[in-house]
Amino acid sequence: MKLLIKGAEIIDPAGKIAGRNDILVEDGVIREIGKPSAAGAEVLDASGLKAAPGLVDIHVHFRDPGYEYKENVATGLRAAAAGGFTSVVCMPNTKPDIDTKSVAKYVNDKARAAGLGRLFIAGAISKKREGAELAEIGDMMNEGIVAVTDDGNPVMNAQLMRRALEYTKMFGIPVMSHAEDKNLAGAGVMNEGMVSTTIGMRPIPKEAETVMVLRDIELAALTGGRLHLTHISSAESVDAVRRAKARGLRVTCDVTPHHLVLTDESVMGFDTATKVNPPLRAESDRRALVAGLLDGTIDAIASDHAPHAVHEKEVSYDDAPFGLVGLETTLAVLVTRLVETGAAPLELLISKLTAGPAAALGLNAGSLAPGAPADIVLFDPAAEWTVDSSKFFSKGRNCPFNGWRVRGRVAATVAAGNIVFKDGAFV
Amino acid sequence: MDRNLIRIRTLDKEDITKILDQSKVFLEILDRPIKKVPALRGKVVVTLFFEPSTRTRMSFELAAKMLSADVLNFAASTSSAVKGESLKDTALTMKALGADYIVVRHTHTGAPEFIAKQGDFRVINGGDGFGEHPTQALLDLFTIRQKLGRLEGLNVAIMGDIAHSRVARSNIFALTKMGANVRLVAPPTMLPVNIEKLGAQVHYRPDAIFEDTDVLYLLRVQTERQKDSLLPSLKEYAELFGVNGDLLSKFKKDVIVMHPGPINRGVEISHDVADGNDTYIEEQVRNGLVVRMAVLYLLEGGKEAAHEAVN
Repeated sequence: MKLLIKGAEIIDPAGKIAGRNDILVEDGVIREIGKPSAAGAEVLDASGLKAAPGLVDIHVHFRDPGYEYKENVATGLRAAAAGGFTSVVCMPNTKPDIDTKSVAKYVNDKARAAGLGRLFIAGAISKKREGAELAEIGDMMNEGIVAVTDDGNPVMNAQLMRRALEYTKMFGIPVMSHAEDKNLAGAGVMNEGMVSTTIGMRPIPKEAETVMVLRDIELAALTGGRLHLTHISSAESVDAVRRAKARGLRVTCDVTPHHLVLTDESVMGFDTATKVNPPLRAESDRRALVAGLLDGTIDAIASDHAPHAVHEKEVSYDDAPFGLVGLETTLAVLVTRLVETGAAPLELLISKLTAGPAAALGLNAGSLAPGAPADIVLFDPAAEWTVDSSKFFSKGRNCPFNGWRVRGRVAATVAAGNIVFKDGAFV
Repeated sequence: MDRNLIRIRTLDKEDITKILDQSKVFLEILDRPIKKVPALRGKVVVTLFFEPSTRTRMSFELAAKMLSADVLNFAASTSSAVKGESLKDTALTMKALGADYIVVRHTHTGAPEFIAKQGDFRVINGGDGFGEHPTQALLDLFTIRQKLGRLEGLNVAIMGDIAHSRVARSNIFALTKMGANVRLVAPPTMLPVNIEKLGAQVHYRPDAIFEDTDVLYLLRVQTERQKDSLLPSLKEYAELFGVNGDLLSKFKKDVIVMHPGPINRGVEISHDVADGNDTYIEEQVRNGLVVRMAVLYLLEGGKEAAHEAVN
């Protein structure tokens, strides 16, 4: 089966090709970019659109198994495709946790049945994510896990974290750290600062993140293991990663779109969609994160897509669970708030949504080079639309961008050579 | 004024002055043989309390009744909240019952705003989490103005667990808006970050404020702060910050002592000070009644009608 995508403006951060070109796709891989012949191919007119590698989100929660009322693998993959994402990495905080090969196989089987983009798994570091004993990481490798993490349960035991960084070296996968000292964070619900003091909410100091970022970096130095710090949120974390990279350590990191565009000022209206962990920080942190993106300290942008049922978020701020959904708004929010404002070039953002995350976790994704998987997003960076969370393909409605007027719309998503999503609908 | 009273932070000096002036008008009613005016006749006021409270709930109930409103009292401990009814559904039930006013007390900051979104009733914050307790601050201001004749330029010291106090927060906003100088006295573990940026001076020990404090406002210190490691013990707190006759004698002679209640005798305040002549805790309670009447009355839209309704 052949598909010819005609006339799009190519953005391929991993490759050399740019400008208006045609893309020929055959048997699920990219064959040629340039002016290939259309003979025997279905033609997709993409004039006026940008073509980039299918976006890669290395931090999502699809809640499956166990919390399918919040999201499931199929709805999660639909949300991803609608947002232009063709590769996602699922976190293991399901019920049961993804801490064994059999649970990983269950998730992989569901993804295959859904038949949209590619789903990768980050398995648990420890059994039941309890932070006590290592999970069977080697066995989970048989189901293709691409990282290990205890995500929402940061590994408080430094010895276990050391062992995880050592043990994973034989598999070549990174340990992904949700860096948070649980004691220092306490029962906090928002960033500690002027806003928490003014409105009177239990605070989480950013040092709860900093001390763990610093600890994990030193453990990466000790072990020579691969460390990926996920959703870093503070200026101090950016500095720490910058220094770790300068030391030549194998440390990478990602940042969320919401930490790049929102601050704790958004919490003042008590919208529970702004309750997220790590919490939205101060403007100085937000600026430091953008700077870290520009200077290459930050490798990737990941949504931390964390759906919850409406009734779970329609409660007081304290009672609401942490998390927001982002897959369907990431591209537009970044284009609107970073590209249109001149804070960051589009090409850089696309690289942080494709080649950057793929390299951080060693995924075969994020490239339009001939022979690469034919995962492609076509989008119009100028198209204007209004975010309406009630129309999301995700089951989650907990989106702080709801109602925003944004620019940047996904026109079509191609996964494994097939057009799966086009003009707002699934094909 | 806004349609709700949830935060002092969003009021201006004129709003506060208007409430205090209206409260003064209502004070006269307390001395009448028949303590009732028809201003809220036919209106339904619900007191929705998710936390135990004696004075605030009773004060609101009586204030509403003196304005001739019908009052429904909701206490979480004896309601469907125990069966797991959500805050949203509780609010929708109150809406269906035709509540015109909801006075809410909740352990979580922001709960009043959440309730305000569920219906077209007017919402009064009766204390939310560590957020605010606006009518407490208003009655405190009213009491200070009553005793000292003014607010502007006064030195008011608030001593105790500032970080976990909605009373402190509302008073900081209210007093600074009215031109008073606010000093906060607390162990550093009980001071939230950057609190001085709200316009208050910060001191770690009471000796810094002996000389020129006009009002000494004490906060209740709660036993659970010990397990959060904010304090080694209540005994040590009482040694360092407890106000007894000795400590009070170091302040200027005419200092007045206030406390939002309920007091912890022997912790932040000794029995001799609590029962002494410098302390205005009972006046605070009495003034709370008229301040809450004024708030209900003004939210109902009473302006020019003030005297008509009162007479």
